[in-house]
Amino acid sequence: MDLNTVRAVRTPARLDEIADWPSGHAWLAGGTWLMSEPQLAVDTLVDLHGLGWEDLAVSGEGVEIAATCPISKVANFVGPAEWPAAPLFKACAHSLLMSFKVAGVATVGGNICMSLPAGAMISLTVALEATYTLWPRDGAPRTVYSGDFVTANHANILAPGELLRSIHIPAAALSKRFAIRRASLTHLGRSAALLIGTSGPDRDLLLTITAATPRPIQLRFGALPSAEEVRAAIDAAIPADGYFDDVNGTPAYKRHVTYHFAEEIRAELAAVESKA
Amino acid sequence: MSYTIDSKAVSQEPRPGQCLRTFIRDAGVFGVKKGCDQGDCGACTVWLDGVPVHSCLMPAHRAKDKQVTTVQGLEHDGHLHPVQQAFCDAQAFQCGFCAAGMIMTVAALDEEQRADLPRNLKGNLCRCTGYRAIEDAVHGIRSTDDDIAGAACGASLPNPFTQGIVTGHARYTMDVAVENLLHLKVLRSPHAHARIVSIDQSKARAIPGVVEVFTWEDVPRKLFSSATHEDHLVDPDDMYVLDNVARFVGQRVAAVVAETEAAAEAGCRALQVEYEILPAVFDPVEAMQDGAPILHSKGNEAKGNIFVTIKGEVGNVESGFAEAAVVHEKTYSTSRVQHAHLETHGSIAWRGEDGRLHVRTSTQAPFIAHQKLCYLFGIFPHDLHVFTERVGGGFGGKQEMVSEDLCLMATMKLGRPVKWEFTREEQFIGATTRHQMTTKVKLGAKADGTLTALEVHVVSNTGAYGGHGSETLAASLGSPLSAYRCKNKKADGHAVYTNMIPGGGFRGYGASQSTFAIECAMDDLAEKLGMDGFAIRRKNMIGPDDVIESVWSDPSDVSFGSYGLDECLDLVEAALANGEGLPAPEGNWAEGTGIALSVLESGPPTEHRSGGEMRLLPDGSYHLAVGSTEMGNGSINSHRQIAASILGTRGNNVDIINADTDLTPYDTGTFASTGTVVAGQAVALTAKALHDNIVSYAARITDTPVEDWSLVDDAVMNGNRRIELTELYKIGTEAGHRFDAKRKAYLSPRTIAFNVQGVRLAVHRVTGEVRVLHSVHAADIGRPINPMQCRGQLEGAVAMGYGWALTEHMVYDDHGKMLNPALRNYHIPAFADTPRTKIMFADTHDTIGPLGAKAQGECAINAVAPAVSNALANATGVRFAHLPFSPDRIFDQLSVTA
Ligand SMILES: Cc1cc2nc3c(=O)[nH]c(=O)nc-3n(C[C@H](O)[C@H](O)[C@H](O)COP(=O)(O)OP(=O)(O)OC[C@H]3O[C@@H](n4cnc5c(N)ncnc54)[C@H](O)[C@@H]3O)c2cc1C
Ligand code: FES
Ligand code: FES
Repeated sequence: MDLNTVRAVRTPARLDEIADWPSGHAWLAGGTWLMSEPQLAVDTLVDLHGLGWEDLAVSGEGVEIAATCPISKVANFVGPAEWPAAPLFKACAHSLLMSFKVAGVATVGGNICMSLPAGAMISLTVALEATYTLWPRDGAPRTVYSGDFVTANHANILAPGELLRSIHIPAAALSKRFAIRRASLTHLGRSAALLIGTSGPDRDLLLTITAATPRPIQLRFGALPSAEEVRAAIDAAIPADGYFDDVNGTPAYKRHVTYHFAEEIRAELAAVESKA
Repeated sequence: MSYTIDSKAVSQEPRPGQCLRTFIRDAGVFGVKKGCDQGDCGACTVWLDGVPVHSCLMPAHRAKDKQVTTVQGLEHDGHLHPVQQAFCDAQAFQCGFCAAGMIMTVAALDEEQRADLPRNLKGNLCRCTGYRAIEDAVHGIRSTDDDIAGAACGASLPNPFTQGIVTGHARYTMDVAVENLLHLKVLRSPHAHARIVSIDQSKARAIPGVVEVFTWEDVPRKLFSSATHEDHLVDPDDMYVLDNVARFVGQRVAAVVAETEAAAEAGCRALQVEYEILPAVFDPVEAMQDGAPILHSKGNEAKGNIFVTIKGEVGNVESGFAEAAVVHEKTYSTSRVQHAHLETHGSIAWRGEDGRLHVRTSTQAPFIAHQKLCYLFGIFPHDLHVFTERVGGGFGGKQEMVSEDLCLMATMKLGRPVKWEFTREEQFIGATTRHQMTTKVKLGAKADGTLTALEVHVVSNTGAYGGHGSETLAASLGSPLSAYRCKNKKADGHAVYTNMIPGGGFRGYGASQSTFAIECAMDDLAEKLGMDGFAIRRKNMIGPDDVIESVWSDPSDVSFGSYGLDECLDLVEAALANGEGLPAPEGNWAEGTGIALSVLESGPPTEHRSGGEMRLLPDGSYHLAVGSTEMGNGSINSHRQIAASILGTRGNNVDIINADTDLTPYDTGTFASTGTVVAGQAVALTAKALHDNIVSYAARITDTPVEDWSLVDDAVMNGNRRIELTELYKIGTEAGHRFDAKRKAYLSPRTIAFNVQGVRLAVHRVTGEVRVLHSVHAADIGRPINPMQCRGQLEGAVAMGYGWALTEHMVYDDHGKMLNPALRNYHIPAFADTPRTKIMFADTHDTIGPLGAKAQGECAINAVAPAVSNALANATGVRFAHLPFSPDRIFDQLSVTA
C-alpha cells in the first residue's frame, strides 16, 4: 500500500552516504512487510537495494548470506552432497506463508529483522547455528549468535539504525542430519509451530523450537535423548504460559504440537542413527 | 524516460512511499486491482522485467528503468496471450476481479511450478470460483459451448464480458479516472460503546489538502438502516449517517474529505475525539439479562436489547416428545464470518453536467440505495442516478448501503466529485458479517426413526444494528425446519443487539446457521437410533406430496415447482461409494464420511420485484435492460440466454445493460436467490412480449395468421417465407410501429431448491489437521440455464462452505476489537485449502421458475459445514458442534489412540 507518511526515499549506493539516523528512518529491504501496513512512525525509507551485496556465497567454511538476499534464492539453494542439512533451506523457505512472488522480493535479513515467531529464516539460521554480523550506526561491526538475536515477538537486539549485514552458516552445522516438522491451521499456511532437529556425527541433538514460542528456543542434548528427556527439557525451557498467543494457533495447540513434533523428530533421528 | 508501463513511457514520478499498484493506476491503467493492498490476494500482480510481483508491496521507485507489464499489456499483435485465451475457454472467473492477477501469475509459471499449483497459486485468492475453473484454465480445458441460435438456454455460453475481464479493460467500481476528485476517509471508533463528547477538528482542518470534516452534527438527523430490502420496514431504522454514540469498534465517527487520500487519512488521525466510554456487552445471552447495558432506545426493539423475537408451533411438541422412543437435545453454534468479496466496498459521487447527482457504486441493490439516499438527503428521485458497472463479488455483503451516503453528502456540500474506497481492514471492522447464531435443537423419534417432534431455539447476535436481524432469524426458523416432515414442530428465536459489528446478509442468509445445527442433530439422533445418515433423512425428509411447513400453519406461497431431493441423496450416496477421491493418508489419521442436506425457498418471503425492457435494434439484434445486478453470480449471462432462447436467437445477439436507475427498470436487488427467479422471470416475460410483438407485426403486414410465424436467428419465418429482422424493423418503424416491450415480475409463488453435500475426510488424531479426501455435491436447481455457470456457482458456494467449516474465523479481544482484520490472518480458502467437488444435478424441470430453472447460487453453502461435522463425528466419534473446526479448536477433543 502507499505509505502516506513517507516524505523521502534514500537510495544509497554505499552505506557511508547515510551519516545520520533520525527517528522516522527505516531500512527498506524487500519492503514486503513495510509496504503491507501503514507505517505511521516512518517518514524516510533507506533502500538497501543499491548496495550490491552478493546474495549467497558458498565456501568450505559454510554459507554466507547477505541480509539483502531474496528468500527465493534460499528456496532454490542446492548444497553439495556433503551437507545433508542443505535441504533445510528449501524446507524453511517453503514454511513461510508468502507466495513465491513475495519470496522473490522479501529478503532473508528482512525476515530475520521482522523477528516474527513464524519467521522461517530465523528457524533456518538458528537451527543451523548461524552467526549474524551486525553493523551498528557507529562503532565496529559485531557478531552475535543467531539464537540470541530475537528477544520477543517482533523484537530483537538491534539498536536504532543498526543493520543486519550478513548471516554465516557454518559448514559443521550443514554437515549434520536433520528432521523438520511444521503445523499450520491452513494448508501451506502460516506456521503455528516449526521444529527442527539436527544431529551430528557425535550423535547429539540440537532441537530448535520456533513459531510456537515468541522467540526461538533451542535445546541441546549431548547424546540422543530419550522421549522423557526431551519432554523434561521442554518443560524446563518453556513454561506453560510461554507459548505464543495469536490467531495462527492457540497457545494450548502450539504447546501440544511442540511436544508431539519434538518426539517425532527425536524418534526420526534416532531411527536413522540405529540403522547406520 | 524512466518509467514504462506496458511499453508506454510514463511522465510522472512516484511519490515517496508510493507503491507500484497505485502508481500504475494513477497512469490510468486500471487493469491492476486492489483486493487487499497488503500482499495477500495477488489481484495486483504485474511483471517487473518479466518477473511477477505483487505491485501493492513494490515500492514504485524500484520500477525505475524497468519494464512494467500489466494484464493490459499482455496481448500481442491483437491476439490474446495463450493464458488469457485459456481463462476465456475455461471461464476461470465469476466476478472476474481476481482474474488480472491470476492471469499474470499463471502466465509467469514454468512447467515445474505448474505442476504444483497449490503452492504456486497460494498468493492468489479467488472468493468466487472454488479454483476448479482456474485449474482447468492452467490445463487448457475448455468448458464453453458454441452460441447457436435457438439453443441458448441450457448452453454453457461464456460470460459476455469475458474479453474485458481477461484483458483488464472491464471497469469495476473504482476503475475510472475522475477529474477534480476529492477523497473521503473515515475515522472509526476504537471503543465498543462510547458517547462522543466532543470532536476537535482544528488540527485536522489545518492539514494541507483537507477540505471538509463531517461529524454527527453535520448529517441529517434521520434514522435509517443500511440494510436493503424491498420492504424497508423489515429492517429497523436504528442508525444515523454519523452518530454521537459508537456502538461497536469500527463504527464511523467522522469523515474527512481531502485533495488526496493521504491528506484525508492524516486528517482523520488529527481529529481529537473525546469519548465517554459506556459499558459494553458482546454476548447476546448476557445482553438479554436484566441490567445489561442497553444499546438502543429508539422504539424499534422488542425488549431491552432484544430487537425481535419470532416463534411458532405446529402440532404440539410436548406430546411429540412424549411419544418418542429416543430424544436428542444439543446446542450447536456457528461463527461470525466476513464475505471477503475481492472488490472492497466503495463509491464515487458527483454532480453531472445535467445538474443531477450520480453515484457509481459497488452494490447489489442500486435501486434501494437510490431510495435510501433520496430519503436521507431530501433528494427528488429524478435528480439522483445510482448505478454499477462491474461489481467484484457481493455474497450479500453489498446488500448494504455502507459507502454511498457519505460520498453523496460530501459531493452535495462541496460540489466536487468524491470517492471513498474501503481498505481491506475496513471490510472486516466496518462492513457487515454473517450473524453469529447459537441453536439448541431437540429432536424426538420413534424407534424406526420417524420424527415425532422437532424443536429449535435460536439466539442470533445481530450486533450493534439490526439490519437483516429479523429476516435472517426468520430464515433460520424457516426452510431448515421445513426440510423434515414432522407433525409437531416448534421454534423460537431472538435477534439481540450487542456491541459487536453488525450482522448483515450473507449467502445462505440465516438458513445456513440453523441448517448446521439441525443437520448435525439429525446425525446425532441417527447415531442414537443406530441408523445411518441416509436412512434417517430418507425416512423423514419432505416429499413432493407433503405440505411445506416450518412452524407456522398459515397458508404459504411456497410450493414444489419441482422435486429432486430424493435424487440428490441418491446421487451423493452413489458418488461417495464410487471409490473416487483420495485414499486416507498413512499414519495416525481417522477417516469418516458425512452428508447433510439443505432446502431453500427460491426467493425471500418478503416482497421482491424486477422488470425488463427490450427493444429490437435496426441491425436485427436486441437490447435488454434489466435492473438486477451482476457481481459474479452470472445473472447477466443467464438473462441474455433466457431472452435469446425465447427469441430464437443467439446469446451474442442480445446486448444487455443492468443495475442502473437511469437506464433500466426497477429491480429490488440481486440477493435472496432472486437473480434467476425474479429478474430472470422479468426477462422471460419481456422477451416473450417482444417475441409476440414481432411475430404479430409480421402477421399483420402480411395478413397471415400469427400462429404461422416464428422467430429464427435474424428473421421471422412463415413456412418458406422469410422477412429479415432488419427489413421488418425498417418497415415497421417507418409505419410508426415500435418493436419494444416492458414487463414486470413479482415473486410469488416461490419454488424450492435442494442440495445435498457428501464429504469423506481424514483428521489427524494428534495435530487436528483435516484433509478432505472426497467431496461431492448434488443440487436440484431445476433446469440449468447455463450448466457451466451453475456448476461454478455451486463450486464457489461449496468452497465458501469449507471456509466457514474449517478456516475462517473473526477473532476478537475482550473489548470487542477484531484481532485478525487482514486476509493474511483471516483465512479464506486458498487454492491449497479447497478440495475439488464433484457437482451433480438432479434431472428436474421447474414449473414455477423461468424456463424450468430455480435459484442456485446460494443454497449450496448450507449443507457443507454440517456434512463436515458429520464426517468428523463419523471419523472420531466426537461431535464438533461449534464452528470452525480449525486444528487448534479440535485437537484436544480427538482421541489420541490409533
Ligand atoms: C503475503 C505475505 C506473507 C508473509 N508471510 C510471512 C511468514 O510466513 N512469516 C514471516 O515471518 N513473515 C511473513 N511476512 C512478513 C514479511 O514480508 C517477511 O517477514 C519478509 O521476510 C520481510 O522481508 P523484507 O525484505 O520484505 O522486509 P522489509 O519489509 O523491507 O522490512 C521488514 C523490517 O525489517 C527491517 N529491516 C529489513 N532489513 C533489515 C536489515 N538488513 N537490517 C536491519 N533492519 C532491517 C525494516 O526496516 C523493517 O522494519 C509475510 C508478508 C506477506 C506480504
Ligand atoms: S492487492 Fe496486492 S496482493 Fe492484494
Ligand atoms: S472471480 Fe475470483 S474473486 Fe471473483
